[in-house]
Amino acid sequence: MPLLRVEDLHKQYGAEGVLRGVSFTVEKGETKVLIGPSGTGKSTLLRCINRLTEPDRGRVWLEDVEVTSPKTDLNRVRAQIGFVFQDFSLFTHLTALDNVRLGLLRVQGMEKKEATERAKAELARVGLADKAKAYPAELSGGQQQRVSIARALAMDPKLILFDEPTSALDPELIGEVLGVMVKLAREGMTMIVVTHEMGFARSVADEIVFMEHGVIVEQGPPERMFRSPEVPRTAEFLRKISELYGESG
Amino acid sequence: MNLELLLGLLALGLVIGVVVALVEVYAPRPLAMVALAYEWFFRGVPELVLLFLFYFGPAQFGLDISAFFAAVLALGFRSSAYQSQIFRGAIQAIPSGQSLAARSLGMGRLKVIRHVILPQALRLSLAGWSNEFSSVLKDTTLAYGIGVVEVMRQARYLTARNFPLALPAFLAVALMFFVLTYVGNWGIGLVERRLRVPGLESRS
Repeated sequence: MPLLRVEDLHKQYGAEGVLRGVSFTVEKGETKVLIGPSGTGKSTLLRCINRLTEPDRGRVWLEDVEVTSPKTDLNRVRAQIGFVFQDFSLFTHLTALDNVRLGLLRVQGMEKKEATERAKAELARVGLADKAKAYPAELSGGQQQRVSIARALAMDPKLILFDEPTSALDPELIGEVLGVMVKLAREGMTMIVVTHEMGFARSVADEIVFMEHGVIVEQGPPERMFRSPEVPRTAEFLRKISELYGESG
Repeated sequence: MNLELLLGLLALGLVIGVVVALVEVYAPRPLAMVALAYEWFFRGVPELVLLFLFYFGPAQFGLDISAFFAAVLALGFRSSAYQSQIFRGAIQAIPSGQSLAARSLGMGRLKVIRHVILPQALRLSLAGWSNEFSSVLKDTTLAYGIGVVEVMRQARYLTARNFPLALPAFLAVALMFFVLTYVGNWGIGLVERRLRVPGLESRS
């Protein structure tokens, strides 16, 4: 059974179909990179997976639980799906430690001492052991994004969704975030990553999915997608994006 | 008596004000409309009229409520309507991404409000709230109108018996309120500084 199964997702805003029938599966331990021009529904797709955005039609399963079923305990499912936002979305009134600890205390009901230990361990995992007491506003963008990754990791998610995690960062800060993500992928974390970082896609992705106008145009392993894409539009997009963003990272 | 009145109406105004703000922002439309109607009523009717309504109104139905209690209710409800707008503004100033992030962790709506929205919104409300504090502190003298024996009435008793005392008596009342306003705002400022989040906002 795949870890995640997405079936025929549709989402419409006004007259415009943002998602027009998207289906795919993610295996345990897989890193899937989602690429495509902006406004083609990549972020909407991620948000439909844990129903931060309610899809109009279609189904999502996390293992044998149907996320889209009205009977499902949505909070329970969400706690198992990490989400990393483009703008970090840290809780600005809480220290890095408390940001990571909040879900442990308030969702998992963990003891304070245990939660603190766990949160410190996750901060260490993203290289921020010494910033536990810092508030978000005292951290660089790269550090904030790493705290938000630690916040997702602390919940022991089955899967983490990354929504353009480096797009809001200065170029010199992108590397530290990608570094953490590469490490997670190598450790076997299951991830879906929306990104324009082609270097990351090429070296880490098990599969690249190219989306445009609310549908999947083409998907496949990075070697094939970069060397010999079947659809001309894929080749064109990959060439453009590689010129723009280079292949570093 | 003015201080007891102040504490009573502030507490009432705070609790109802927060609830009204939350309902206006988060509740389904019909409920939000009720909150909005409440807010409009208590912002739209003069305080002295509210005092009379709350004191003499129940009496018509044989309900005998004390002048003090009527004053707490009338001024407290009025203040809650004003306070609700302070809180609503602060709640809506919290970036929506933080709610989404909290929801993505598996927190339910109430938990998000309790642990993410309110701690930040209440802190942001302090500056506006100090305004409301200063305003209602002085409004307590209006309770004079329905016979609460507060400081204005005491000054009146004094001057009724001894007219030459009028100026010094009312000057003393003025000074008292001036000092209370100053001390109160100083205290709120202290709280504001204590709750300041490092690096977050510009210093004043």
